[in-house]
Amino acid sequence: MIKITDLSKNYGSVEAVKSISFDIQNGEIVGFLGANGAGKTTTLKMMTGYLVPTTGTIEVNDLNIMDHTREIQKQIGYLPELNPLYSEMRVYEYLEFLASIRKITGRPFKEALARVFEQCGLQGVIHKNISDCSKGYKQRIGLAASMIHDPKILILDEPVSGLDPNQIVEIRGLIKSLGKEKLVFMSSHILQEIQATVDRIMIINQGEIVANGTSDELMSNFMGNVLLNMEVKGAETESVEHIQANLPTVKFISMKDVSGVQQLQFEYGKDQDPREELFKYAVENNWTILKMNPHTTNLEDIFRNLTTDGGANA
Amino acid sequence: MHNIRTIFRREMHSYFNSPMAYIFLVIFTVVSGYFFTNTFFLFGQSDLRVLFDIVPLVYLFFIPAVSMGLIARENNIGTMETISTMPLNTYEFVLGKFLAGFCLILLGLVATSIHFFTLVSVGTNVDFGAIFSGYLGLALMGATFTAIGTYASSVTENQVVAFIIGVFLVLVFYMLDKTLVFVPHSLAGIFQFLAVDYHLSNISRGVIDSRNLIYFFSMVGFFIFLTIQTLEVRRWK
Repeated sequence: MIKITDLSKNYGSVEAVKSISFDIQNGEIVGFLGANGAGKTTTLKMMTGYLVPTTGTIEVNDLNIMDHTREIQKQIGYLPELNPLYSEMRVYEYLEFLASIRKITGRPFKEALARVFEQCGLQGVIHKNISDCSKGYKQRIGLAASMIHDPKILILDEPVSGLDPNQIVEIRGLIKSLGKEKLVFMSSHILQEIQATVDRIMIINQGEIVANGTSDELMSNFMGNVLLNMEVKGAETESVEHIQANLPTVKFISMKDVSGVQQLQFEYGKDQDPREELFKYAVENNWTILKMNPHTTNLEDIFRNLTTDGGANA
Repeated sequence: MHNIRTIFRREMHSYFNSPMAYIFLVIFTVVSGYFFTNTFFLFGQSDLRVLFDIVPLVYLFFIPAVSMGLIARENNIGTMETISTMPLNTYEFVLGKFLAGFCLILLGLVATSIHFFTLVSVGTNVDFGAIFSGYLGLALMGATFTAIGTYASSVTENQVVAFIIGVFLVLVFYMLDKTLVFVPHSLAGIFQFLAVDYHLSNISRGVIDSRNLIYFFSMVGFFIFLTIQTLEVRRWK
């Protein structure tokens, strides 16, 4: 279990992470979502002991990272954002080197190697130079390196960035299967990637956590009003603009006439559905309805709202 | 110790998996061999003094070149992040790096032993004690310069900058006792004591004084310590 309390990181006068708190339970896959520069990587670097927090605490399985850095690092597997590798080494040698630092040598290393090669699909490149491997394979090598010691906790910074769609699906599948028995904390700036993989989403914006919950929870907490787009014929400006007097739950937004077809936009609350009344109102005012299309807020809109206004809409 | 050995082996692998080590060993041997044989038969003396005079000058540029990438490259390609998030102490990482650089320097010295065998086969009354102390002095100087080069490599991620800083620092410690006439009398003793060449010349004369040994070990320890601190401080920035 990871417990983070009032964690902050300043780079000089710049506050990269501002007093964030959250916890992650074992066996949970949590996505850390945010725009570029939101503070995701800085948070992950502090969680792995690479950076020291300015204030706040990070506890991993009840151990404080400031006092037990090495102990915690033994329990964590980390894939950095840029996935740095020693390009002059062979895949086998690189994994052997990292395993050796973790005191995995001899027979246990061979077993670990067989396991990560199977999990990451690296069988074909074992004796290849890393520099000769494709981007997709390099990402898998980074992932294999982070799992060579079979850690209880996996921290993955943008694990599928730069991969082609097929590789993304494969890595997603791998992360999901790992999440059944491990705590997986992965960051990304791509919503679809997170949504498809994780149990819980945390959104960070300008160093602050602006949302934290499952997809459904975020939808119900942050879903705004419904925008209704209509195309009608025969609508007069007066009857459209005064709709709220007859239908108090419907708010008029805009009206545009295109070749005799009026494009109308209304708004109503997420818990209401006044389409039937609206239909009757149209009939009473002799409008011919060509199209009626309600647009509900999706997770992408929520993410955009939360990360473009500094979380003002949260 | 296990982790130091692991880092050392990886670094040696990196040296010998690229042209770096081969270029260093060949050029080091050719340059020192050229200057040695140029005067060896001319003077007709059964010693390696010419070699012991020329190697420190070769060191001035070769050791910063060998050590410039030790840590700067890790910072540059980002592998420092991977290494720093593993259960590895900073001192183990730095010592492994330093020892790999030093080992390459020692291999360079071993390559010059061909001159020793030449001397033994053609010379007379060879003073083995002086030759041993000469090689010991060069090894200690090599260790000191490698420690300085390792430190220079830790302060930047640019290998060229690391090389320039390394050359500057080793030049400062090499030249200190050559500037004594320009410094106040009260500082002359300090400058002389800090100069690498002063301690090397003592050992090369065959006098293995504990003060000289302490100086070399202190210099290595000091720059290793500085390197560790430089890497540790970066985590707090």
